[in-house]
Amino acid sequence: MKPLPVGEHGLLIELDSAEEVEALHAELLRRAADGALPPLREIVPAARTVFLDGLADPRGLLAELATWDIPPLTAGDRPTVRIPVRYDGPDLADVAALWGVTPEEVVRLHSATEFHVAFCGFAPGFGYLTGLPEPLHVPRRDTPRTKVPVGSVALAGPYTGVYPRSSPGGWQLIGTTDTVLWDPRREPAALLVPGTRVRFVPQETA
Amino acid sequence: MTDRAFSVVRAGALTTVQDLGRPGHAHLGVPRAGALDAPAHRLANRLAGNPGSAATLETTLTGCALRVRTATTVAVTGAPCPVTVDGHPAPWGAPVRVPAGAVLDAGPATHGLRSYLAFAGGIATEPVLGSRAADLLSGLGPDPLTEGAVLPLGDPHGPPATADAVPHPGPVTELLLPFLPGPRDDWFTEAGLRTLVTGRFRVSPAGNRIGLHTEGPPLERARAGELPSEGMPLGALQVPPNGLPVLFLHDHPTTGGYPVVGVVPERFLAPAAQATPGTPVRFLRMR
Repeated sequence: MKPLPVGEHGLLIELDSAEEVEALHAELLRRAADGALPPLREIVPAARTVFLDGLADPRGLLAELATWDIPPLTAGDRPTVRIPVRYDGPDLADVAALWGVTPEEVVRLHSATEFHVAFCGFAPGFGYLTGLPEPLHVPRRDTPRTKVPVGSVALAGPYTGVYPRSSPGGWQLIGTTDTVLWDPRREPAALLVPGTRVRFVPQETA
Repeated sequence: MTDRAFSVVRAGALTTVQDLGRPGHAHLGVPRAGALDAPAHRLANRLAGNPGSAATLETTLTGCALRVRTATTVAVTGAPCPVTVDGHPAPWGAPVRVPAGAVLDAGPATHGLRSYLAFAGGIATEPVLGSRAADLLSGLGPDPLTEGAVLPLGDPHGPPATADAVPHPGPVTELLLPFLPGPRDDWFTEAGLRTLVTGRFRVSPAGNRIGLHTEGPPLERARAGELPSEGMPLGALQVPPNGLPVLFLHDHPTTGGYPVVGVVPERFLAPAAQATPGTPVRFLRMR
């Protein structure tokens, strides 16, 4: 665990693995819920870091952090969200070629994977989902699309994501869902929050 | 529609509804948003008899004009500008009583960039995640003003403030940005870090509510490539591959992969909201 100062009121805690990020994030949320954390504004997990902002005394928390015993996360700790997907994306054949399998096998492998939300960003409600083994990581498209439709299920690097709204994007599109990822009138507004488990369920294409 | 409302006669270059923003949602990818010149926003509210959290209008360079449906107290702060009511001059930086049906015009900024218009009762558009602020990165909150749009006002909270002297901000002739180094200053060479504090930088016209871009000598990197995405604070000096620091303002993305060489504390950010393109920028290392 390597802490880095961020301005006057922030701490960026760098960790060795995504699993350690997830475990520290869960511990921070537990302590926040118990009222055992000093007041702070943001807890932002990311790929290899957890960013804490709005701390009156970042050094004080840092000293305390060093004494914590952080249990590794177990799969049963988190809720699972099921997202029905039509695997009809325009890049499905390209992904199949990159994986060296048939498109049907892409569907089978992708829907057999248990994902979890490592962190959010890019757009409100956009979760970066990890779970695919390294041989199945794919590059971004050479030319990003100016418009990716809402609900597109997409791959890039180690991540799977679902576009919560229509936007430009360079990820490989393998499918579509009607599930609403982001609705500010709903509580919680984001379906996918850091730590959530996700399974994609194949749906018949119409 | 209630009578407590105004319609937009002249929208200006970019006029948005702003308040103190929606902190606490960065982990969902939701930017903070809110008034870029927070002290000016609070002052406008105080003059109009509102709490600091009430929603105001933030203009950009060219001001805006509005027709109020009922008699309303309005105050204009931030970038100084000519204020008129139905064409008659009215004070900047003071409560102004606008009669029902009259047009309040906040003209082009005489200097600075962003003026703030507070209305007694505040702007009463529907809050999203606890805030009425327009977030131009992710599209949350009300759209920027367009001609003919009608925005509701809340009920007045109390009498407008009286008799306080209102400081008249001078032009930002040089933007001084004190910063604390890190978290990724080790991604730059010694020479690169020296460039940051000695280089002659200027405010680029490419800036917006997401970030203030700079023009000047590029910072030399010690390492190429990008970081895995990590959380980004307000006031971050993020350095994209062109080597020119971008100061993250209120609509900044909550995560990013370019290294942050330093962070400007929030209390020093208000002048950045008022620095026009071409203004010299000096970065001051705080320790």
